[in-house]
This record gives sequence, structure tokens and C-alpha cells, in this order.
Amino acid sequence: MSTISSEVPGASAVPGADVEVVSRKPPGVMRVAVRMWRTRIGLLIVGLLAVIALFGRYIAPYGEAEAVGLPFKPSGKTRKPTLFGSANVGHDVWSRFLYGGKPILIAAVLATLLALVLGTTVGLIAAYNRRKLDDVLMRSMDVILALPQIISALIVISMFGASTLLIILTVGLSTVPRIARVVRGAAVSVVERDFVAAAESLGESRFRILRSELLPNVSASLLVEANLRLTFAIGLISGIAFLGFTADPGAANWGLMINENRKGLIPNHWGVTLPVIATALLTVGTGLVGDGLSRAAAGIDRAKGDS
Amino acid sequence: MSNNRGVLKFIARRLALGVLTLFVVSVVVFTATQLLPSDPAQAILGRNATTASVSALRAKLGLEHSAFYQYTHWLKGMVTGDPGDSFNARVPILDYIGDRVVNSLFLLVLASVISIPVALWFGGYGARKRDTTFDNVSSNVMLALASLPEFVVGIIFVLLFSVRVWHLLPAVSSIGIGKGPWSDMKGMVLPTATLVIGAVPYISRVVRASMIEVMESDYVEMARLKGAPEKVVLWRHALPNALGPVFQVIALNIAYFAAGVIVVEALFNYPGIGGALRDSVRVRDIPVIQFLVMVLAAVYVVTNLAADVATVLVTPRLRTRIQ
Repeated sequence: MSTISSEVPGASAVPGADVEVVSRKPPGVMRVAVRMWRTRIGLLIVGLLAVIALFGRYIAPYGEAEAVGLPFKPSGKTRKPTLFGSANVGHDVWSRFLYGGKPILIAAVLATLLALVLGTTVGLIAAYNRRKLDDVLMRSMDVILALPQIISALIVISMFGASTLLIILTVGLSTVPRIARVVRGAAVSVVERDFVAAAESLGESRFRILRSELLPNVSASLLVEANLRLTFAIGLISGIAFLGFTADPGAANWGLMINENRKGLIPNHWGVTLPVIATALLTVGTGLVGDGLSRAAAGIDRAKGDS
Repeated sequence: MSNNRGVLKFIARRLALGVLTLFVVSVVVFTATQLLPSDPAQAILGRNATTASVSALRAKLGLEHSAFYQYTHWLKGMVTGDPGDSFNARVPILDYIGDRVVNSLFLLVLASVISIPVALWFGGYGARKRDTTFDNVSSNVMLALASLPEFVVGIIFVLLFSVRVWHLLPAVSSIGIGKGPWSDMKGMVLPTATLVIGAVPYISRVVRASMIEVMESDYVEMARLKGAPEKVVLWRHALPNALGPVFQVIALNIAYFAAGVIVVEALFNYPGIGGALRDSVRVRDIPVIQFLVMVLAAVYVVTNLAADVATVLVTPRLRTRIQ
């Protein structure tokens, strides 16, 4: 952060300024971020796609596995009327699309939540305890980091099959060290602060110190990181589906849809184009929100030096 | 002299840590694929397999031996360059993988040769022209690209350049058996471009941030204050300290490709090790999975290690700190 505060003339000339700000209630990163157009556009896109993914099925003209004609027919050439033609085994592209977002979105959100809870816990414990425990925790995190996430996922899938729960667990657990590192990094300097020592001398429990003293002070970094991880989780989980690994090969899923309908790009490209656009918008949307958040967090740091 | 010893000690420690990491990874991989499943032979062959074939496979995997024996036997094979046979292709793994390694390496080199200078340029230029229109536009474009999963980028390329809009480039690569990947340069364009688009935004952000940090650091300010001309500041004071990040960038780039090749090769039917990993996961070809995962993990670990060591060697301020 030294690079940022050094921009503000005289920032370092106010001793104790940052201590005072930090011990106040943490400034609302979210509130600052929402004032930026990029965050708003991001939220709008993500909201729209979340609505499509979660509720689209209720306006789908056909069932998830209902045949509407021969495979890869453009609209107008299918047996039953369709908006975007038929997909690889003669299902309705539009209905498959409306059904196919939910499995990805839900799995990505759950995996990210799991990683957040565990990663924050590990990061805070490591930062607070230092020495041995810190070393052991962070070195074991490094081992997990030695395997790219998609490879961890493929190992698990190869042995236990592509169950949804396992994919969520693997993606979540392999994200833990990434979050733990960020949280630890943010918390290490907080541990040295006076109010932590004060809480310790009051005899507060370890858990309370982690939760009420450390956690609020790393929440800004955590929010930014959480968003980044959600973006990656969406890409990873739809990527795994794209590789052909899903719990139910018959169920609609944007990643799987792109893979299945690649063969029919020439007769009817919609089976690929719709889920590609949706996945692209969803990830760019979460990316925009994340960028807004990180700018807000950096801006708050900047202001910290000012006050 | 004592400084040298410090650096050597650091390298030795870093090497030991790398070997240890690979060892732990090998234990994890082996446990997950061979020890954890209650009966890997049954799991590989599926429920409809005959008892005879299951017990034959069990013998082949050496499942009747202790876990320790199985592991050491496997590790010995990996280290001595005899990782065994592929279940599915029924040939030695090295024969099955050999050409694919060459193909993947070619793809990796091609993508690196393009993406590293591009990322350095974008990051460095963005840092110099900070907060100008160029920087804002390129940051926003990079942000959007960085969020996109590789397969989405690849499919968009296929839609644009080979199937729907223009018909310029093949959507799948068609490298003949026994011919090198250079025999199909047209087919290389889209896989390479997809990897480059995946790597550049991520790396150029790192470059931009580290360039800004170096340019605003105390020693650069000091050099400026003592009246050194900007050219000297840049080349004598800033660059040596910014070189470290360049190695980090190359490492990040290669580490990124170690994972990226899986999806990209599957997407373009590119006959490399990433695609082979996907295929072998599909048919549960355990020996090939174990081998490929270890190869990719080794690439990842060794690259990071090399980058750490190189960074310390070229960065004056780190070199003195170690001592």
C-alpha cells in the first residue's frame, strides 16, 4: 500500500492517522464500489444472468429433455416451433439454455463460499499465531497450490466420477490456499495493532479476537478476493463441464452444451452461441464487480492517508 | 564472498523445498488415484466387468502388495523413466505420450514467444502512461479478457474465424501421425491465440503493477533527487529491480499454460498432453493420469522455483537482504 499512499502528499506526515481510521468501523467498500459505473454494469449483468439461470426454467417452452425434432436443425426446420432451433439430440436449444445456467451458477457460488469460510479461517489463524502453526499451515497451502485447480479436479473426477458435490468440494478446497494467502497477508499487520493487544489483555477468547478484531479489518481485501475467486470458479466449473464431465450427462448445462453442440456449428450455431454469450457475460460481469470493489478498496486506502 | 554463500544457501533451501513439494504432490496423487478408492480395478473397469478381468487388472496394478510397496514401486518407475504401460492404448506410456510432449511443447513455446513480449509491452507501457486514455482502455479490455474462461475465448475464435463469419482457419488441428506440429501451422493459429489471450491480460497486470511500484520506490526517487538523468534512472536503477518480476512473469506464463493446455487442446483436438489427460480421465487410464499429472505438476513447480532463484540473482535489493 506504500505505493498508493506515497501519492498523497504529506500522507506519512500524520502519525497515527491510519490507526484511528482502522479502529473505526470499516468503511463500506461495497457502498463506494456501487457508485462506480463499472460496478453497476457488472451487477446489472450478473443480476440478469442470475435471474435467467435460476428462473429461466419457468418460462422454458419445452422440457429439459424434450425432443422437438431432428438434431441441429435451425429454427423453422424443427418438428415443433422453436426460437433457436434444435440441439445435438433434437432438444430445444432455447429451453436447454434456460435450464443450463443453474448448475454452474449454484456450484460456483457454493464452492466459493466454502473456500471463503475455510480460507479465511486458515488465513486468520496463521496470521494470529505466527511461528510454527503459521509455517505449517502456509507450507501445506503451498502444496495444494503446486497443482493447478483443474488438474486437482480431474484427479478427483477420474476416481470418483463427476458428482456435483465432489466438483464443488474440489473446486472449493483447491481455492482455500489462494484465499488464505490473501487473508493472512492482510491480517498480519493488523495483529500488531494496539487494539488486538488490548483485547488480549482483556482476556477475550481467541475466537472472539479472530472474529471481532481481525476479520472486520480484512473484510475489504476479502470481498475483492471473493469476487475474483467467484469469477474463476464459474470459469473452472463450466470448463470442467465443457470437458465433458458432469454429474448427469443428460441434464442441461452451459459448459456441456457448448461441447455437445460444437459438431453442429454449421447447421445451427445457436446451441453454442447462446451459452457462450451467457458464460462470457457472466464472467465479465463478476469481473467488473470485482474491479469496482478493488478500486473502491484501493481508494479507501488512499483516503486513509488523507484523513 | 559471504554474500555468495547466502545466495547459495537460499538456492539450496529453495531446491529442497521444491523437491519436497513434488514428493508430497506425488504422495497425494498416488493416494487419490490408487489407494483411496476401495477397489481401483473395479472402479476402472466398471460394474459390468468380469471377475477374471478385475483380478487380472488388480494384479497388474500390484494391489495385493502393501501401499508402501505400491507407492515406492510406482515412484521408482517414474524417476527411472519407466512409468509403465497405458491401460487403454496398451503401449508403454512414453510411446503413447512421446509425440504429444513435442506437440504440447511446440504450442507452449509458440504461445510464450508471443505472449511474454506482448504482456511486457502492454504492462510497461500502461505503467508509463498511467491514467491516460491508453491505460484506461487497455486496462478495461484486459479486465474483460482476463475474466473469460479459455474455452469461451477459443469457441469465439472458432465462430469468428473458421465457421460462421470468416472461413480462414481450421477449427481443429490436423497434425499427421509422426509429423511434427510445424507441419500444420495454419492449425496452430487458433490454439496459440487462445492461450495468448488467456495469458496476456493476467500477466500484463502484474507487469504494470510491479513497474509502477519500482518507478515510485525510494531508490528511484533518490536517484532522481540526486540529479541523475531520467535515462540513467530507468536503466541503472529501475530496470535491474524490475527484471525480477520479468522472470516471475515468464514463470506465471508457463505455469498458466500447464493448466491452460488441458482445455485448449481438448477444444481444438490438439494432440498434446493436455488433451491426453482429458482423454485418460474419461477412460480412467490410471497410469497415464498419474504420469501426466506428475509431469504438469513438475513443470509448474520447477518453473516457479527457477523464477524465484532467478529473481533473487538479478535483483540487487533482494540479493543483499538474503545475506
